[in-house]
Amino acid sequence: MCQVDEEYDSVLEQKSLPAVSKKCMKCKEGTAVLIIRVGDAFCRGCFKEYFKHKFRAMLGKNRVLFPGEKVLLAVSGGPVSSCMLAQVQEGLSREAPKKLRFMPGIIYIDEGGVCGQNAEEREKAVVQLESIFRTTGLPYHIVPLEQVFTLPESVLEPVYRREQPGSSYKAAVDQHIRSEVTQGHGKPTVEESQGALGQLSLQASTYKLEHKLALEGLFSTLKTLTAKQDMLHTLRQHLILHTARINGYSKVMFGDSCTRLAIKLLTNISLGRGAALAADTAFSDSRYGDVVMVRPMRDYSSKEIGFYNRLFEVQSVFIPGLDTKTADKASIQRLTESFVVKLQADFPSTVSTVYRTSEKLHTACPPQSSTTEPAAKCLLCLCALDTKADDASACHATLMSEQLSRGTVEKTGRTDAGCCQGQKQACGDGGCCSTSRAPGATDLRSLLCYSCRLTIKDMTAVDSLPPYISSEAEKRQRRAAMKKEIGEFLLEDGGADDE
Amino acid sequence: MPIQCSSCAKNRAMLRRPKTGHSLCKSCFFWAFEEEIHQTIVSARLFNPGETVGIGASGGKDSTVLAHVLKVLNERYDYRLKLLLLSVDEGITGYRDDSLETVKRNQQQYDLPLTIVSYEELYGWTMDAIVKQVGLKNNCTFCGVFRRQALDRGAMMLNVDKICTGHNADDVAETVLMNVLRGDIARLRRCTAISTASDGEGGIPRCKPLKYAYEKEIVLYAYFKKLDYFSTECVYSPNAYRGHARTFLKDLEAVRPSAIMDIIHSGENLSVKEGVKMPVQGTCSRCGYISSQALCKSCVLLVGLNRGLPKLGIGKHHRLHDKILAQQALTQQEEKKLKAMNF
Ligand SMILES: [Zn+2]
Ligand SMILES: [Zn+2]
Ligand SMILES: [Zn+2]
Ligand SMILES: [Zn+2]
Repeated sequence: MCQVDEEYDSVLEQKSLPAVSKKCMKCKEGTAVLIIRVGDAFCRGCFKEYFKHKFRAMLGKNRVLFPGEKVLLAVSGGPVSSCMLAQVQEGLSREAPKKLRFMPGIIYIDEGGVCGQNAEEREKAVVQLESIFRTTGLPYHIVPLEQVFTLPESVLEPVYRREQPGSSYKAAVDQHIRSEVTQGHGKPTVEESQGALGQLSLQASTYKLEHKLALEGLFSTLKTLTAKQDMLHTLRQHLILHTARINGYSKVMFGDSCTRLAIKLLTNISLGRGAALAADTAFSDSRYGDVVMVRPMRDYSSKEIGFYNRLFEVQSVFIPGLDTKTADKASIQRLTESFVVKLQADFPSTVSTVYRTSEKLHTACPPQSSTTEPAAKCLLCLCALDTKADDASACHATLMSEQLSRGTVEKTGRTDAGCCQGQKQACGDGGCCSTSRAPGATDLRSLLCYSCRLTIKDMTAVDSLPPYISSEAEKRQRRAAMKKEIGEFLLEDGGADDE
Repeated sequence: MPIQCSSCAKNRAMLRRPKTGHSLCKSCFFWAFEEEIHQTIVSARLFNPGETVGIGASGGKDSTVLAHVLKVLNERYDYRLKLLLLSVDEGITGYRDDSLETVKRNQQQYDLPLTIVSYEELYGWTMDAIVKQVGLKNNCTFCGVFRRQALDRGAMMLNVDKICTGHNADDVAETVLMNVLRGDIARLRRCTAISTASDGEGGIPRCKPLKYAYEKEIVLYAYFKKLDYFSTECVYSPNAYRGHARTFLKDLEAVRPSAIMDIIHSGENLSVKEGVKMPVQGTCSRCGYISSQALCKSCVLLVGLNRGLPKLGIGKHHRLHDKILAQQALTQQEEKKLKAMNF
């Protein structure tokens, strides 16, 4: 049928050539060195001010970073996170008009083991990054991805924390001001962090051979690049979360630009992660409870960051990723990226439009029977499970198609679909799921959200997952079985899981 | 070696299901395809016994398959529905007149009553005449707005309880992507709904029984059932931006076949922040059709056409609507802004 568009053509204006003006639009004096958007020409000095202001404004607006709080900066070596590091340093410097008052540290996850780098190349990248990190004077953690094989299962335990961010922010500021007055020094961060220089690189950047092999084994069981990229993202998050926890960081900053977030939003929609879209793309993400992830670079386009890094010589290090040098259609993530980049070239409002969509969303609460029980969380991404949807849903329809094509459903017209959907009706009576004792793919599924199920589905052997994942899975399954057994005696759902 | 059907484990498989990758024999595929639509109808409670259901029939593959499957299921499961075909004649030479021939043949094959409503009788304009005035750039806007209302008006004439359309899973997924790309949060929220009955929108409830059916499977079904459909694209070509989204979706499907369902799942689980403005539905003061503005979209377009100001309904000119309603004269500048469409 003819596909119809109502009234959009006027919104999506085609690219027009920028009118080049010679003078800075801000100070009207300096010579413009760059044009960010049509008509926005800046001189060097004004651009720097504008850029710095944007960073401070983003932090100020959201008020989530407390004075004196330990904040971990996730730096990949790429332009955005390197620029983020530069902004934090700028904010810490003595000259900064309103100094940042939190205590930063840096984390770099060395993913070379799954991105086709040999030991030498990895070593070289680490050396380069270390030299950058050293000059900042901030404590840093270089963690090889292989470390996931040493993680404790507690990483995956959901932490429920209820508090009012606004009020606690104010309390923290007051507390900080008081302590500053009594101690009589107003610049703790740089000095204190320099004092920490001695114990830099807290985690050894080495890894055991067995873990290297285990990691390679894990990624070789993932059949698609889409699943590999998703798994890498999941493991990286766990590793950062764990490092933050054991070192007392309560916030982690990620360098996601506006461009990156637009790509991520569209990617996640394509990966079936709609329910978690807000958490995945908003300024702050508190799914882990005690450690909050924040994205202070979200207002910058990748173009702006490129300009800044070039003008002010912000160093970044190129480190090949999983999808470096792969074809456009190698994975959902890769495909979406090239789609957005190409569309942005033709329709310059694409990225900002998609990005603004993210601000209008919030996480849908999955239908819950009782308000006292916190929603069950996905074993891997720790988002609320989105698989308990009602009968008329894509989730249900997909199960239906599977069953009808496998012929496991009797052709009576009535089917008993969805037996593995909710954990409550975990199927043990020879239903559609296998009931083997080892935690197989089907067992794992019930603990996962829709999208993480897709990743596991692309896996040939789930026993290659790191031990912390499989043991937490077993623990949850035992608990679910236990609950089922005593179900008739429980007066209220949940309860014990509530703390 | 011939592959065995994964469902009955008896017959030779004739096709690989695009949706699941399973190899099936013809009859198991038919069964699965129809059964899934039945499940959709039952679980979403799309119909009630005794209702008159108008099938929006364009002569294309989706509505042809929809009409066929609904007839089959209505008999198999005794839905007790009164089915009829409802077609819109946009007045596009070489496109609609040919596809209407297909609908007429379907009518005979399926033995379902057919009603055709035309733009010309409803609005006094054929699409051919509209294109002459507005050119090829925005004609799909006119067509879409007019068709939506035309189906409703035809359905009202026939005392239809519900209208169902042939929108398939690909269409729904594509619309999700489009609405994200446009930042259209109101439509993003609505577009995955299987029926508009619960939206309180007024008008005749609509539903999409093929919402979870893959376009490729619809073609396979039509092919093996030897269904007769009209497969030429509209001669007034559709919007390029949607074309990008369509290509993107096809590419996604090639990378991961479940992507279409995954996108719909995403759409179904999105939720919009409170405080984001949603348009309030009212009625058009000129024709009484549901509208969030004083004038409904199609009246604005019509007034524009009749007064030789075709751009009126295209951009955001809400300010001018009141003037038009009050029959006031537009300033020269306003006239000029709304006139030039060419180049
Ligand atoms: Zn200036
Ligand atoms: Zn998950
Ligand atoms: Zn068969
Ligand atoms: Zn009207």
